[in-house]
Amino acid sequence: MTEIPEAVRLVWLAAALPLLGFLANGALSLFRPAARRAVTAIGVGTVAAAFAVSVLVAAGLAGSGAHEPVVLTYWSWIPAGDLVLNLAFQVDQLSVVMLLVVTGVGALIHVFSIGYMGEDPGYARYFAYLNLFIFFMLVLVLGSNFPVMFVGWEGVGLCSYLLIGFWFEDKANANAGKKAFIMNRIGDAGFLIAMFLIFRSLGTLEFTEVFRLAPVSFEVGGTLITLITLALFLGCTGKSAQIPLYTWLPDAMAGPTPVSALIHAATMVTAGVYLVARANVLFAMAPISSAVVAGIGALTALFAATIALKQWDIKKVIAYSTVSQLGYMFLGVGVGAYVSGIFHLVTHAFFKALMFLAAGNVIYALHQAYHATHRHEDAQDLRNMGGLHRYMPWTAALMWIGGLANIGLPPFSGFFSKDSILAAAFARGHDAPIFYVFWALGTVGAVFTALYITRLLIYTFHGPNRTGEAERQHLREAPPVMTGPLVILGLGSVFAGVLNLPHVLPAAGWLEHWLEPVTSLGAVFLPEFHLTAGTEWGLLALATAIAVAGIAAAWRLLKPEALVPARQAVPERGIERVLANKYYVDEIYDALIVRPLIWFSERVLWRTVDALLIDGVAVNGMARLTRLFGWIGSRLQTGQVGTYVVLFVLGTLVLLRVMAG
Amino acid sequence: MVIDLNNTAGLLLALAPELVLGFWCLVVMIWVAWRHGSFEDQWVAGVLSLAGLVMALGTVIWLWASDARAAQLAGMMALDPYRYATAVLFLLGAILTVLLSLDYLKREGVRIPEYYLLLLFGTLGMMFMGGGSDLIVIFLGLELMSVAVYVLAGIDRRSPFCAEAALKYFLLGAFASGFFLYGIALIYGATGTTNLVLIGTQVSGFALSSNLMALLGLGLLLIGFAFKVAAVPFHMWTPDVYDGSPTPVTGYMAAAVKAAGFAALLRVLFHSFGGVVVWHEALWWLAVITMVAGNLVALAQRQLKRMLAYSSIAHAGYLLAAVTSGSSAGAAAFLFYALAYTLMTIGAFAVLAAAGRGGERGVSVDDLNGLGSRRPWLAAAMTVFMLSLLGFPGTAGFIGKWYILSAAIDANQQLLAVVLVLTSVISAGYYLPPVMAMYMRAPSSPEAHSETTVAGGARLVVALSAALLVVFGFWPNAALEAARRGSTGLTPAVVYTVEGP
Repeated sequence: MTEIPEAVRLVWLAAALPLLGFLANGALSLFRPAARRAVTAIGVGTVAAAFAVSVLVAAGLAGSGAHEPVVLTYWSWIPAGDLVLNLAFQVDQLSVVMLLVVTGVGALIHVFSIGYMGEDPGYARYFAYLNLFIFFMLVLVLGSNFPVMFVGWEGVGLCSYLLIGFWFEDKANANAGKKAFIMNRIGDAGFLIAMFLIFRSLGTLEFTEVFRLAPVSFEVGGTLITLITLALFLGCTGKSAQIPLYTWLPDAMAGPTPVSALIHAATMVTAGVYLVARANVLFAMAPISSAVVAGIGALTALFAATIALKQWDIKKVIAYSTVSQLGYMFLGVGVGAYVSGIFHLVTHAFFKALMFLAAGNVIYALHQAYHATHRHEDAQDLRNMGGLHRYMPWTAALMWIGGLANIGLPPFSGFFSKDSILAAAFARGHDAPIFYVFWALGTVGAVFTALYITRLLIYTFHGPNRTGEAERQHLREAPPVMTGPLVILGLGSVFAGVLNLPHVLPAAGWLEHWLEPVTSLGAVFLPEFHLTAGTEWGLLALATAIAVAGIAAAWRLLKPEALVPARQAVPERGIERVLANKYYVDEIYDALIVRPLIWFSERVLWRTVDALLIDGVAVNGMARLTRLFGWIGSRLQTGQVGTYVVLFVLGTLVLLRVMAG
Repeated sequence: MVIDLNNTAGLLLALAPELVLGFWCLVVMIWVAWRHGSFEDQWVAGVLSLAGLVMALGTVIWLWASDARAAQLAGMMALDPYRYATAVLFLLGAILTVLLSLDYLKREGVRIPEYYLLLLFGTLGMMFMGGGSDLIVIFLGLELMSVAVYVLAGIDRRSPFCAEAALKYFLLGAFASGFFLYGIALIYGATGTTNLVLIGTQVSGFALSSNLMALLGLGLLLIGFAFKVAAVPFHMWTPDVYDGSPTPVTGYMAAAVKAAGFAALLRVLFHSFGGVVVWHEALWWLAVITMVAGNLVALAQRQLKRMLAYSSIAHAGYLLAAVTSGSSAGAAAFLFYALAYTLMTIGAFAVLAAAGRGGERGVSVDDLNGLGSRRPWLAAAMTVFMLSLLGFPGTAGFIGKWYILSAAIDANQQLLAVVLVLTSVISAGYYLPPVMAMYMRAPSSPEAHSETTVAGGARLVVALSAALLVVFGFWPNAALEAARRGSTGLTPAVVYTVEGP
């Protein structure tokens, strides 16, 4: 093994700094919640420093030109028989990309939070949770084995729960947090099962070992590897909000908007994509599982996009958009285009964080306006917005940039990443026609994406203002501390595409080349992607046409002048109503799963098994029996010496009898 | 340090702890004979006793630290770590008892300065029991201790319960002593010696099961011990006697007297009957019955003092389980558990003494209601005692039980371990209600607990016991190491070959 560069050794610091920030801010939130300057300095400072460390680590790794992953073992965590788990970090090309995204976008969102959360009484607690989240997210992406990754995986789930229910005084928010947590637990069971299966069949859980042993131990397309990867993917559907476990993510919008941007758009929800890319050998060896991943991804992409068409809550639209875009990422990693999936993850982190934070600015402005006039209107409803570009030009321009990247209009970053996914799906269709179907689903989804994003932007920023006469004069652009991070994210949204340009363009495929040491493990099991230059140009042209057509259609069809404020709106009818109610999936889950489960738990498990059998018969029955014996024993205690002597003598006889054998 | 027992200086050195304590017995006796008219005089007697006990303790620890060993076969008194370890236990119990008694006697209006003298004599007897390597010495120690404790049990002559307790204890104790002595006689008849090591070599020479005389002797000896340690069914005196005696005496009986019985039992079994199987089976049954009966009946008690009496029976069962394993790990477990048990039992009785008046016979669990809010420190200490008795992790009681369990498992006695664990679960049923009463119920009246105080010596006892229990619960290594070294004396270093009778 080659010498480990000094800079790479610093990686522990990237994780330790946010943890330190959490401890310090946690202590402040308990003892000095009013010390906002200190909280800000610690909260933002540690994450910014972690980003600086990450840059050093990345530079160190790039400089060393190492092809093998660098594994840094810190201490032995669980030595138990055959199972030896180390707390160790793995630095390689993939984890470095994630490291930069998490700390980079994370630092920007921390800065934004200074303004957005500035007046919240739970300021210190907020930053403590946010720092803890960054710590766990880094453990997730850096862990060198499945269990350490799982610790991060669970840790970010915990932080997500804490931050969704951050304003827990409102029961709906607390419920949303619980929903997210429980849905994630269902997926986590899959993750655990996958780990058990891997350990049982390979005897190790270290990434490097597992990926070295898997090709020689498993049969390509065998049952075991298919089971393992499907179980892993179940974990991904929970964490990354895919069908069927996606319903928690829209509800998670109950949390503060920067949290939505950081956790529920840019980082945590992409953990599933990272997991599939990380375990690309396993998935590449299981074609059925990969097809399932791609299929679920494509379906989710389209399904969520249709729901987004009719949502009125600005954050819900973006949330469904996130679910849809995550679907594209899974389509990418499912067809074996791991680089494209990660590429879309990176560009999405920029433009979706940008969208959310811009939406945060809008909500903040409306909230301030309604606060000033003491009216209780929904600050997140599109019907209460309109024409806002006149009051907040920066936010409008930046959100347009984010939106266009999301739609995938060239030359914005989303265009290149989404196109590379769809192109890869199309290419796979040559061998397995089912992938043409997935490609088609994704392409139709792209049409809807253009429609709902344009709708969102038009209703928010254009046409007449519907906020209210009195409120209008209170509408203001957000302060620089909030618009500043948006500008940086905007630059990313525009230019991140150059990371991995299509093959037909010059300087193409930089990210592909960078990630090659990681993806080459699985590549041997995959067919060669081959598209002629003509097809590739054709697909690029089609994607451009879809984006332009979608925007134009929305621009022509939608009439912001006809909208009325939320309070006066009439309910939708027909298919619109189904869409507005998200296909009633929540209600279906409630009727089919939640209610029967509650009934079973209450009637059978609680009242019958627990209360009657365990408590009544077993526990209390035993206790009564025990007390009865005790009572008999104490009755023998007559206080008469004669009785005692009799017992003494009887005892003597028995004892001597026992000894005599 | 190797002590030559052939010269007087060596002999004096070998007996130094007992001689020091004996000397202080004389001092206290003279003081009591001279001045006995006031509580102040009695208090001075107590302080003198305390000084004697502390000096004896210092001597023991000095001997232990200098690793005193005998150059020859020690005929009457052993010179081994086991003797020192057990002496430390007894002296610690006695010191705690004296500290507890200083204020208690005055409060209860008991002005009988001989009380302290009897405590010293009793403790001296225990030291002979733990150190004696001859059945006669052990018997003498036993009687010295017993007679002193008979009197202590009845020290409060105005209380009819006290008198009843003393009489019952004396009658049954005399009965049991008869068994004990008869056992010695039979063993002497079978082996021609009363020296433990020599008996051991004799016994290993013939099959015990075929030698009825030796077998019967062992059986009767076991019964004598079973009475002293209050093993079921030889325990019937315990609740009545513990209940009627003054509370510090009860603590002393439950902790030190019981430990002395076990100390001698362990030495006799290990030295004289080391390779013999039969007693394992007999003790196995005793242990099981004692654990089950002690815990079950404790569950049915309403009065705290009686509950603690049964709890001490249950703990005799746990200690018997340690003895049954028959290994040096079991002996070490016994020593550690006895240390923890001394602390938690005397501590619990100290709290009881604080909570009650007039012998504390009437204190029930309900009388502790709301103690947590009125006397938080006292309640916290009581919680530690109860949890430790229960064997809750984080307390010395847990570590002790853990080592007994591991000794039992190593000796292939899984069933015994299972019974121990299950009966410990039952014991939660009576150790936890006091805790619940203290913290989860409101005081019965506004002025409740206004008189519940621990002052001076008693405060020291409560604080020290609780602190040590927690310390040993988290950092048991030093105490465990001491217990392990203390148990090494039980395996005779040299096997002496002598001609048969």
